[in-house]
Amino acid sequence: MSFKTKDVVLSEDRPKTLLLQKHSDFLASYGVNKDDYEYCMTEYLRMSGIYWSLTAMELMDQSSRMPKEEIIAFISSCQDSESGGLSASNGHDPHMLYTLSAVQVLAMYDRLDAIDTEGVVRFVTSMQQEDGSFIGDKWGEVDTRFSFCAVMCLSLLHRLDAINVSKAVDFVLSCMNFDGGFGSKPGSESHAGLIYCCVGTLSICKRMDALKCDELAWWLCERQLPSGGLNGRPEKLPDLCYSWWVMSSLSMLNRIHWVDKKNLEQYILACQDAETGGFSDRPGDITDPFHTLFGLAGLSLLGNSSIKRVNPTYCMPQETIDRLKLEPQILYV
Amino acid sequence: MSESGDSDASWIFYKDRPDWSDVTPIPEDDGPAPVVVIAHSEKFEDVYDYFRAILKTNEKSERALLLTKDAVEFNPANYTVWQYRRDLLQALGTDLKTELEYVEAVIKQSPKNYQVWHHRRVLIEWLQDPSLELEVTGDALQQDPKNYHAWQHRQWAIKTFGLFDKEMDFVDTLINEDVRNNSAWNQRYFVMNNHLGWSDYNVQKEICYALEKIKFVKNNESAWNYLRGVLLHDKRGISGNAVVTSFCEELYKNKCRSPYLLAFIIDICEENLKKGETSCIYNSERAIDLCQALATKYDKIRSKYWNYFSEKIKALQNIKTVEQNNMEE
Ligand SMILES: [Zn+2]
Repeated sequence: MSFKTKDVVLSEDRPKTLLLQKHSDFLASYGVNKDDYEYCMTEYLRMSGIYWSLTAMELMDQSSRMPKEEIIAFISSCQDSESGGLSASNGHDPHMLYTLSAVQVLAMYDRLDAIDTEGVVRFVTSMQQEDGSFIGDKWGEVDTRFSFCAVMCLSLLHRLDAINVSKAVDFVLSCMNFDGGFGSKPGSESHAGLIYCCVGTLSICKRMDALKCDELAWWLCERQLPSGGLNGRPEKLPDLCYSWWVMSSLSMLNRIHWVDKKNLEQYILACQDAETGGFSDRPGDITDPFHTLFGLAGLSLLGNSSIKRVNPTYCMPQETIDRLKLEPQILYV
Repeated sequence: MSESGDSDASWIFYKDRPDWSDVTPIPEDDGPAPVVVIAHSEKFEDVYDYFRAILKTNEKSERALLLTKDAVEFNPANYTVWQYRRDLLQALGTDLKTELEYVEAVIKQSPKNYQVWHHRRVLIEWLQDPSLELEVTGDALQQDPKNYHAWQHRQWAIKTFGLFDKEMDFVDTLINEDVRNNSAWNQRYFVMNNHLGWSDYNVQKEICYALEKIKFVKNNESAWNYLRGVLLHDKRGISGNAVVTSFCEELYKNKCRSPYLLAFIIDICEENLKKGETSCIYNSERAIDLCQALATKYDKIRSKYWNYFSEKIKALQNIKTVEQNNMEE
């Protein structure tokens, strides 16, 4: 049995400055290279891929490098006229995750007119269950991720009134664990990614008062390891995407200053690849758009001024959230 | 991810199979370049070109069922393939027991894939027979004791079909193998909460269990969290159980300075303070001292948190002092 903490050691020759131009080049050419095959296959689903890349580009003020009109046309073509939902790609079935990604991308482009938004409302509404929970697709399983997708999506369309918000909140709260955290369903283990989804749901529904705030924030702070990186559950390795989920949750709880910002920034910067550009989960691993977005968004939350401000609830540029006149709740205690 | 058929010289492309000559493959619509260009192998493209074709014509046949197997092997995360496979199973009246064996094999290959586990769950719902589920999830957890999908499936099966009987033994084994396995501690709580219940006797028993494990590895976040969880069901709170407080003091006396121990003592002090009870060992001075020690020595990375907590205790102390003065007036 090992008694040592699971962690990584940052090497001396790691990147220590932010390589913005590299990241912009990396995203602009992502997918052209055959070596990306493996990653595309396992984690990369098209509609979300567009969201990750575009948001990252927006935060760097480089979104003009993305083929805007093509993207909008692609999104329109992914809407299923019957259910109203959107799919990851042409010919796939509509799903909550991709419906949300599509709405986020169109919201950033200020082009929500490109899809039938009433159809989206119809789709999301049809996913709510009797107990207030949400499923992801017609076969789907219940998961707090989908509760978050639902309320985020509808709030971006200013149509939260279309679902039973108080039941949605009740279900999310029924997933709160004895440690103050949240899992995917009632009784499921607390997990930083799902905590982000649940806190985000409460932020959008303005019910942050229901959280065991200090207890939850302490659990989140406990995720920080000596390397500065954050893990998603006790005794797991640090991973860059968890730094986003933990930090954004702490931001909504107004307690981001509880983590060691300097150490965390070092860890995030160390996840850059100085040659290829982009960020990876851990220093030295292969970079991808998913971790690139969360690396940049994380640095933005830490106050890096060369990146645009990100909204912790929506993981979108603050300027988009302001333009849409959305005010997700942040705790002020 | 396996490149199915790579090592298999006998692989025949669908476009070269006589029994598929009646189908016109549909190539992929690539979407906007360059963000979404996905490089696929020739075999992958061939399989998916034919999958798109049968999807379009809604063909329900044995050969379509075999095709979805190849499609799954190339990309088990493609939820459309799984969904179509289920449509096929229903339309063809396929023997679901064989399908269970098949999905077990896929789970062994891709244990962290959401779609595969979901497919299994739908099959169990159709069959209403959970007799293999504890074993299948147990095998997956043997490989990776923190596999979130396996735990979700296991909890679902246990709750839906009432399979609680031997679960505590299973949890025990996992905790004995790795006392820091947070998933196992969570499962322990799940069994208590949903099955055994929090009688006074059970609360006391679980407290003793947690303390025994803490004695073994003191700096164990999961065991300390579980102890707090159990104490939520103790009417006396975290400060009122003599077994717990004397255990903590014993550790402290023996020079244990695990942040979890110190944090726990701070919480006892805070609870006492809130209750308005005076104690010579659990008071605000001690809590503030311990916060200081954590911030400067034992848990420096979270110094901001401990400073905050120290201020919180001071504020609480002030309120209590004012209250007391008011009462005396
Ligand atoms: Zn990650």
